[in-house]
Amino acid sequence: MTDSSRTITGSETSPVGTDPSDPAADSLLEIDDLRVHFPIKRGIVLDRTVGHVYAVDGVSLRVGRGETYGLVGESGCGKSTLGKAVLRLERPTGGSIRFDGTDMAGMSGEPLRRMRRRMQMVFQDTLSSLDPRQSVESLLVEGMRAHGLDKGGESTERELRELLSSVGLPSSALRKYPHEFSGGQRQRIGIARALAVRPDLVVADEPVSALDVSVQAQVLNLLEDLQEEFGLTYLVIAHDLAVVRHVARRIGVMYLGGLVEESDSDVLYEQPLHPYTRALLSAVPVPEPEVEDRRERILLSGDLPSPASPPTGCRFHTRCPWRQPTRCDSERPELRDVGGGHRVACHYAEEIRDGIITPNSGE
Amino acid sequence: MALLEVRDLSVRFVRKSEPTVSAVDGVSFDVHPGSTVGLVGESGCGKSVTSLAIMGLLPGRGTEVSGSVNLEGSELLRLSQREFDRRRGKDLGMVFQDPLTSLNPVVPIGLQVSEVIERHRGLSRRDASREAARLLDRVGIPDPDRRLKEYSHQLSGGMRQRALIAMALACEPRLLIADEPTTALDVTIQAQILTLLKELVAETGTALIMITHDLGVVAGMCDEVNVLYAGRIVERAQRHELFSRPRHPYTAGLMASVPRLDSPRGQRLAPIEGSVADNIPWEGGCAFSPRCGNALAVCGERAPELETIEQGRLLRCHNPIGAAELERAHD
Repeated sequence: MTDSSRTITGSETSPVGTDPSDPAADSLLEIDDLRVHFPIKRGIVLDRTVGHVYAVDGVSLRVGRGETYGLVGESGCGKSTLGKAVLRLERPTGGSIRFDGTDMAGMSGEPLRRMRRRMQMVFQDTLSSLDPRQSVESLLVEGMRAHGLDKGGESTERELRELLSSVGLPSSALRKYPHEFSGGQRQRIGIARALAVRPDLVVADEPVSALDVSVQAQVLNLLEDLQEEFGLTYLVIAHDLAVVRHVARRIGVMYLGGLVEESDSDVLYEQPLHPYTRALLSAVPVPEPEVEDRRERILLSGDLPSPASPPTGCRFHTRCPWRQPTRCDSERPELRDVGGGHRVACHYAEEIRDGIITPNSGE
Repeated sequence: MALLEVRDLSVRFVRKSEPTVSAVDGVSFDVHPGSTVGLVGESGCGKSVTSLAIMGLLPGRGTEVSGSVNLEGSELLRLSQREFDRRRGKDLGMVFQDPLTSLNPVVPIGLQVSEVIERHRGLSRRDASREAARLLDRVGIPDPDRRLKEYSHQLSGGMRQRALIAMALACEPRLLIADEPTTALDVTIQAQILTLLKELVAETGTALIMITHDLGVVAGMCDEVNVLYAGRIVERAQRHELFSRPRHPYTAGLMASVPRLDSPRGQRLAPIEGSVADNIPWEGGCAFSPRCGNALAVCGERAPELETIEQGRLLRCHNPIGAAELERAHD
């Protein structure tokens, strides 16, 4: 296997395993200073670029092999664009994405296509992401065939049956069409399709947010089981903090195109440092009246600023209850490690944690 | 004395070529002035159809509505379309889930709000416009005078929902129905809107019917909670009671299947098996029984009745959670 992959990928890609002394050797996905900007065009005859939407603006993160990384943020924060850029469904404007040690930036054509077998996506909207005119069998075989995994006859048949049973569907489903299934079952088909080409990385963009609560739990449990069974690495993108906290070991919080905080999920929940994370956590309703009665919500004023003209300095300073008169509006905070791999992009993270700065005292 | 009395409300959708669908099946509840009543359930449980029936917004053709909806002594279901138009917006206000489709895209926000005021409160156009600006300010829309002239596409999702709340509250209705008012919004905006709704209810004494699938929203907002399944109320309790001691297996199942922010990581969720597609009709037994972990033989034969089990607590179940434990305690 190593031999054939070498001959195909040639010299520009390093073989599996790379240098063991490299500290990032066990991370499957390495994103560095990733930027995805969309041009805003005007004009009928001549296209003039009048500005850019800074959808993803300088994000760096690492996803370890076999790990689940959760990316949370509200609509417009760039989390989905980031997920698409990882699979090269969006072309990055700058920065680098390394998958299993291989830089994806310069890749195109056949090497990129081959690389994509190893990374698959599960979408939010199961009805529009499955072709209504394809039977489940044809949906599942399509990817396998494209990557030469379809050996035909008995063995494919058996593989499909095993695939369906691992996502909890009967083999009678093969001859049915997407509309014949409920939302939860369709999401299982979407997951089966992603797994059909035996990927290493699965990017799941809001995998359960279109489902009813009782069904959400089934799909979340399924994702966990499959990770164990196939040794998958997940990048789970969701707006629901409770969902992300449930599935992910590490969580990154995004705001307006940038990562504002990243840490182990327990630490993030127990001691959020970034004001935005604090506000986000305090806003999530908990199904327990005692907690709801006691809670003090950190209400953010106003709405998300436009990603086409993000605020200067810290992007959150326009809504931040802890805003300080200096630095916040002029200097963009770097994501820095405050201990134990807990990274936060706030000038005053320690002061806020220690209670030296309190909300609104800066005004 | 209840403000709104819903008695035995049923809604059936009758279509020629297809079997009749019973969306709401004998639902009864009261809403008292100043209180918040929750209707909770998953898609297809009948919570939205219940609210549309109360508002008289169901299409006339192909819909059979029976039972009684009594608002302060007047029967709403017997009102003519014209009489209903006079009451709706004045005595009853409604906030919908999707503010973009609920607002008219080609009419400025200000005109949409002041139209309600002009029509129901008889103010002049100029006064109505001034009142509209005051309302927008009250619901937290900054710079209301400028916003009055804007169109719905120029507002963000949260601002649209605020505008819609301003419209619903323009005539200080005695009853406000909010159907998934924050489902389309981000959590931080959701927190703003829920806080606003709570304040307004406390300030004006308006009764609120809160329709949602989100147990977290219910836990923070509602005084009394009705859990609906397949068109019927299966459990009713005060919120503290409901969350600390759920008795219906469906209610308990819902609570166990939601991932919680404060639960330890790695704890496995306990989903409810199957989906609503597995339901059996109520005539043949309990609709939930095929998905129920507590089901007995009787559950598939005879539908349970909604019974009062304690003060203020109703339950529709043959084999509720904790029944065995309670019996043991009595022995």
